[in-house]
Amino acid sequence: MNVQWRQLDQPQEIAAPAAGLIRLSDARRGDRGVVIAVSPAGINGVGSAESEELERRLLEIGFVEGAKVEILHEGFIGRDPIAVRLDDMRVALRRREAQGVLITLSAE
Amino acid sequence: MNAPVPVRDLRLALVGNPNSGKTALFNALTGGRAKVANYAGVTVERKEGFLTSPAGRKVSVLDLPGTYSLRARSPDEEVTRDVVLGQRAGESPPDLLVCVADATNLRLVLRLILELKQTGQPAVLALNMIDIAQRQGIDIDIPALSRELGMPVVTTVATRKRGIEDLLAAIDTLADAKAEHGVSAWHAPSAKEIRDSHREAERIIKIAVLPPKRPDTWTGKIDDVLLHPVSGILILLAILFLMFQAVFSWATPAMDMISGAFEWLSAQVVHYVPDGMLQSLLANGVISGVGSVLVFLPQIMILFFFIILLEDFGYMARAAFLMDRIMGGAGLHGRAFIPLLSSFACAIPGIMSARVIDQKRDRLTTIMVAPLMTCSARIPVYTLIISAFIPRRQVWGFINLQGLVMLGLYVAGAVSALAVAFVFRKIFWRGAAEPFIMELPAYKMPDAKNVARNVLLRAQIFLNRAGTIILSMMVLIWFLSTVPFKPAGAPGPAIDYSFAGMIGHWLQPLLAPIGFNWQMAVALVPGMAAREVAVGALATVYAIGDGQPGQLATTLSNRWSLPTALSFLAWYIFAPQCASTLAVVKRETNAWRWPIIMFVYMIALAYIAALITFQVASRF
Repeated sequence: MNVQWRQLDQPQEIAAPAAGLIRLSDARRGDRGVVIAVSPAGINGVGSAESEELERRLLEIGFVEGAKVEILHEGFIGRDPIAVRLDDMRVALRRREAQGVLITLSAE
Repeated sequence: MNAPVPVRDLRLALVGNPNSGKTALFNALTGGRAKVANYAGVTVERKEGFLTSPAGRKVSVLDLPGTYSLRARSPDEEVTRDVVLGQRAGESPPDLLVCVADATNLRLVLRLILELKQTGQPAVLALNMIDIAQRQGIDIDIPALSRELGMPVVTTVATRKRGIEDLLAAIDTLADAKAEHGVSAWHAPSAKEIRDSHREAERIIKIAVLPPKRPDTWTGKIDDVLLHPVSGILILLAILFLMFQAVFSWATPAMDMISGAFEWLSAQVVHYVPDGMLQSLLANGVISGVGSVLVFLPQIMILFFFIILLEDFGYMARAAFLMDRIMGGAGLHGRAFIPLLSSFACAIPGIMSARVIDQKRDRLTTIMVAPLMTCSARIPVYTLIISAFIPRRQVWGFINLQGLVMLGLYVAGAVSALAVAFVFRKIFWRGAAEPFIMELPAYKMPDAKNVARNVLLRAQIFLNRAGTIILSMMVLIWFLSTVPFKPAGAPGPAIDYSFAGMIGHWLQPLLAPIGFNWQMAVALVPGMAAREVAVGALATVYAIGDGQPGQLATTLSNRWSLPTALSFLAWYIFAPQCASTLAVVKRETNAWRWPIIMFVYMIALAYIAALITFQVASRF
C-alpha cells in the first residue's frame, strides 16, 4: 500500500527544483514546515482543468504561500489521508491532493 | 408547501464557513421555529425562520449552506452563491447579509467576507463563539475590525443567546440607514485573486487580532486518541456498536408500541365498520399504511440523534478521515460511511443522511447503493428461510451454520454495495475524482437543546416528505392485493383473485428459471410494501392463519426445495422490495430517473444472483 508514495521519497522523483523543498504528500507525521508554493499543475494523474480547480480549492481552505503546516496524523491504510495543522486550523486531505502543496521543512 | 408568505419588512441571509455556529445563531434569532423545504429544483434544504426586530420590523432569516467561497462547487454552495447574488429563481434577494464567523478561527471567513463585500450587499459581521475566543485569550479589536471590513461587527454566543440584541440593533440601524445595494462586482476569483484576498485578510488580522495566549490544546489531545491508527479505529468501532445496539434495542419497544397501537386501531375498524371495501381500505390500506410510516420513526430519531450529536461534537469529520481510504477504494467519499452504516438499520434514514456529503456525485452514488446494505426489514425474511432450510448444526466444531449463513448474507450486501458504487462511478462519472479536502473542526460540547431541536426537525421532515409518499404507495399496494374481491365460495386465498394475484401468475413463468413458484410470485407484489411484509404475504398465500409462527417455516420446508429457498435468499439480498425506499430516493434526488435506475439495477442483480444460486444449487 505504501509503495506508491514511498517512491516519491526518493529525491530524484521530486519535481520540485529547489533544495529543501518537498511535496506535502511526502511529509511524514511530525514534520513541520511552511508552504512555499501551491501548484498542482503537472502532478500525476491530474488534468489541467482539474489542477486549476484543485489549486483554488487548496487556496480556499487555507493552503496559501506562507502558511505554517504540521502533519498531525496519518491514515491507518497506506498512511493516507493525512491530518494537517494549517495555521490555526486542522485540515484533512488525501496525499493525492497534498501533492499540489510544496513546503520547506523546518528544523525539528 | 408554498403557502403565501406575508410580506416581510426585511430579509436576512446568514452566510459563513461550515462549523461557524450559523445554525445555532439561526436558532437564537428565530427561537428555532423554522420553515423547512427544498430550494426549487434542487434537494438543498431551505431553512427560513421569522422574528420581529426591536424596531418592530418583521424579519425573515434564511440559513444558507456553509461555504469557504462564493465560487460554488457543490449544489449547497451554488444555492449560497445564487441567493447572495440575488440570482436564485423563486428567491427574493436578501436585504442584508449576516456574516457568521467562529471568533477562534477568523482567517478563512475574513477572506470569504472580502468576497461577499464585492457583491455590494450591505452586511453585518457576527463574531460568534466569542466566549471560547476570550477563554483562549484571543484579543480582537472590534472597532478596528469593523473599520477595516467596512461593516458593523458584533460579538455573540449563539448557544447562550448572548449578543443577539446587539446584533438585532445593528441590523435595525443598517436597515434604518437604508443601506444601498451596490452593484455586484463579484466574479469567480482566479487563483491569483484568492491569494490576494488571503493577503488582505492576513493584513486585517495583523491589525485587529492578537493570537491566542492559551490556545485550545484539547482538540489536539482528543485527536491524538481519536485519529490514532489503533485506538481511533477501536473507538470508531465501539461508537458504531453502540449506535447499532441503540437502533436495534432502544427502538424496539417504541416500534412494538406503534405497531401494536395500529393493529389495535385496525381491529377496532374491523369491529365497527361493516365488511367490504371501506373496511378493508381503512384497516389494511390507510391504518396499516400510516403505521408502516410511523414504525420507522423511532429508528430514524435514534439514528439522527447519534448523527447530530457526533456532528455537533466534531467527530463526523474524524470518522470520515478514518474511513476515507476504505470508502475511497470503492470511489466513495469518506463521509459516505455514516449513511451506509445507517442503512444497516433502514435505507430510508441512510438515504436521508446522505445530505452530509456535499459533492453531488458522491451523494448520488451513496444513495444508489444504500439499499444494498442489509436493513433490519430483511431480518424476518432471512430468519424464516434460514430456520426452515439451514440445519442447526456446528461447522468446524464451533461455528453455528445458521449464524454463518446470516453473516454471509450481511457480507454479501456490504460487498455488493461497495462493488456497485465502484461500477457506478465507472459508468456515470468516468475519470472524475472528487478531491477529499475537509476541515477538521475544533471539538465542541454539543448543546442539548440544539441536538433535541434538530432530531425533532429530522422527524418532522421525514413525516412531511417521506410520509405522504410512503402512505400513497401503501394504499396502492393494498389496492393491488385486495381488488378484485374473491367471489363467494371460491377456493384458495383471496389474494389469488386480486390484481396482485394476476401479476404474480403473469410473472411466474419469468420467475421459473430462478425456482420461484406461483405462491412466491404472488407474495412479491404485496412484498413491495416492505421486505418483512413478504413473511406475512407468504403466510397469506399458503393460507396459514396468524399466531402460528412455526407453521409457516414447516410449510415452506415441505413445499420448497433447498435450491428454491437459497434462490429466495439471494433474491432478497438485492431485490428492491421496498416502495418506501424508492419513494425517498425520488424525494432526495428530485427526479424519477434515479429511483427507476435503482429499481432496474437491483431487480437485475437480484434475478442474476437468484438464477445463479438456483441453477448451481440444483446441480447438487
